[in-house]
Amino acid sequence: MSLRGLDRSFILLSGLAVLLIVTMLAIIVGNVVWHGWEPISWEFLSGAPRMGMTEGGIFPAIFGTVLLVLLMTIFVVPLGVCVAIYFSEYANRQSWLYRWTRQAVNNLAGVPSIVFGLFGLGFFVQFVGGWVDQQFYEGKLTYGQPAILWAALTMAVLTLPVVIVSVEEALRSVPQSYREASYALGATRTQTVFRVVLPQALAGVLTGGILAVSRGAGEVAPILFVGAAYYLPELPKRLNDQFMELGYHIYVLATQSPDVEATKSLLYATVLVLLALTFLLNLTAITIRARLRVTGGLR
Amino acid sequence: MNSTTSTRDFPLLKVQVSDRASVAAPVTDPKVTVESLTVRYGRRVAVDAVTLPIYRNLITAIIGPSGCGKSSLLRALNRMNDTIAGVQTSGRVLLDGQDIYTPGCDVIALRRRVGMVFQQPNPFPKSIYDNVAFGLRINGLVHSKAELDERVERALRQAALWDEVKDRLDRSALQLSGGEQQRLCIARALAVEPEVLLMDEPASALDPISTAKIEELMFTLKQHYTIVIVTHNMQQAARVSDFTAFLLSGALVEFNPTPQLFTNPADPRTEAYITGRFG
Ligand SMILES: Nc1ncnc2c1ncn2[C@@H]1O[C@H](COP(=O)(O)OP(=O)(O)O)[C@@H](O)[C@H]1O
Ligand SMILES: [Mg+2]
Repeated sequence: MSLRGLDRSFILLSGLAVLLIVTMLAIIVGNVVWHGWEPISWEFLSGAPRMGMTEGGIFPAIFGTVLLVLLMTIFVVPLGVCVAIYFSEYANRQSWLYRWTRQAVNNLAGVPSIVFGLFGLGFFVQFVGGWVDQQFYEGKLTYGQPAILWAALTMAVLTLPVVIVSVEEALRSVPQSYREASYALGATRTQTVFRVVLPQALAGVLTGGILAVSRGAGEVAPILFVGAAYYLPELPKRLNDQFMELGYHIYVLATQSPDVEATKSLLYATVLVLLALTFLLNLTAITIRARLRVTGGLR
Repeated sequence: MNSTTSTRDFPLLKVQVSDRASVAAPVTDPKVTVESLTVRYGRRVAVDAVTLPIYRNLITAIIGPSGCGKSSLLRALNRMNDTIAGVQTSGRVLLDGQDIYTPGCDVIALRRRVGMVFQQPNPFPKSIYDNVAFGLRINGLVHSKAELDERVERALRQAALWDEVKDRLDRSALQLSGGEQQRLCIARALAVEPEVLLMDEPASALDPISTAKIEELMFTLKQHYTIVIVTHNMQQAARVSDFTAFLLSGALVEFNPTPQLFTNPADPRTEAYITGRFG
């Protein structure tokens, strides 16, 4: 085949691949919207499941998901930002501390999510929770059981590498000339990081948070053992309460409910809500980022 | 400041030079003394045992071909090279007689006394005001908003930028033109009232009119500051400086009063360079 022909066929091939992806996405989203549209109503969004989950709504699951993700963000963003700042601004690349923590983060990113669930159960629930009960509750079972706090912490560990990598990238993209200008004016390294570099990297910090949230909102495996409830119409009120979660609720509706056929339309509607929530989050992130880029960082 | 426009010919260089650049008084007491300064990046020697005085309230130019170590030498004077991993510096740099490379030296205080302007204008993506105020704020040099306002205005006036920007101080500095940005960077450096101002090819990224403004500015600034300017532009060195140092492969070939270096160079390599036979 001539070079020209090769070129053409390659363009054709990549065009087909793009088409395939777009079609698959359209089929998935279309299917979900088509089937899930009908049951969505105010009752569905604001009510609790009833009648063995064949009727009623999904509000506890929406609430639980939002709370879980919020708590997770509170844990993961400050920690991730600190590690990223250490990696990008302070660490001596030759030091063993840097190489070990770097390796640890890389490995963390490759661990299957179910393993995080087991880790959360063993470490947070049994070890930390058990210790808290021993120390503060005279051994009475209070924190030593699955709870939203432990689920949020487990999720935070899971999403930590995502946050670190995206914040680090944002810090690296701040031109070296800004750092030099700051040092040349007599700024310390810490002043340079917090007054010059970090404000510039704010969009990246935000992206890191949102990426963690999107990743976390879709994960079911890590919270299976550490706090997600099969059916719990009451909303969580304390950090050691269990909670319902959208992804887990979908799993339950699809495979665990007594009458799978009867829950089918509710299942589609729940998937639609989860998709819409994730999409909304991403949209917010993109909008804020775009705005930050235009103004060149916050002042 | 004498502002006559009489000029002198530099026959070797084919440029006319304002005689404002001549050496004023007998110079004795250097502000900065560089003594056998060597800067290495790993194994590579960038500055090779340079010894050089930098005189008070005069402009010293460092010239030489690209890669000869001009920036490395300049950045050794406020220890900016410290921010690059793997740089080794030996020798001494005395600022008012104190070695800035002694272990106890406060680098932060040093950089406040020795300001720097870079080749590419690098204002922070903040407002014009916040750019100039940055050094004052981080060093805690002002105690009230009024004082800050006053120091910002003074610095902008010194950099001949005040009239252009006084109505838009809260606008982003990135909206300024390249020449204005560079003068803003000068104002930012002047705001903390340094004693020495280091300029690394401050006009090489600018158009001729902005370049002329910067050069004009340097004449007024030298009343208050000791200035070291790196340039690969010999005409510029001839126009603005009182003393010129010529570097080649990291080593100092010649250091002399500017008129002498350009009219009657002591070293044949200097002559070869300024007549354009290499570099
Ligand atoms: N950060 C660095 N790492 C390694 N080598 C460098 C670095 N900066 C400069 N050099 C080398 O040091 C020499 C002098 O560079 P520099 O001082 O920038 O020269 P000039 O400013 O005269 O162009 C050059 O050979 C350059 O390659
Ligand atoms: Mg240079």
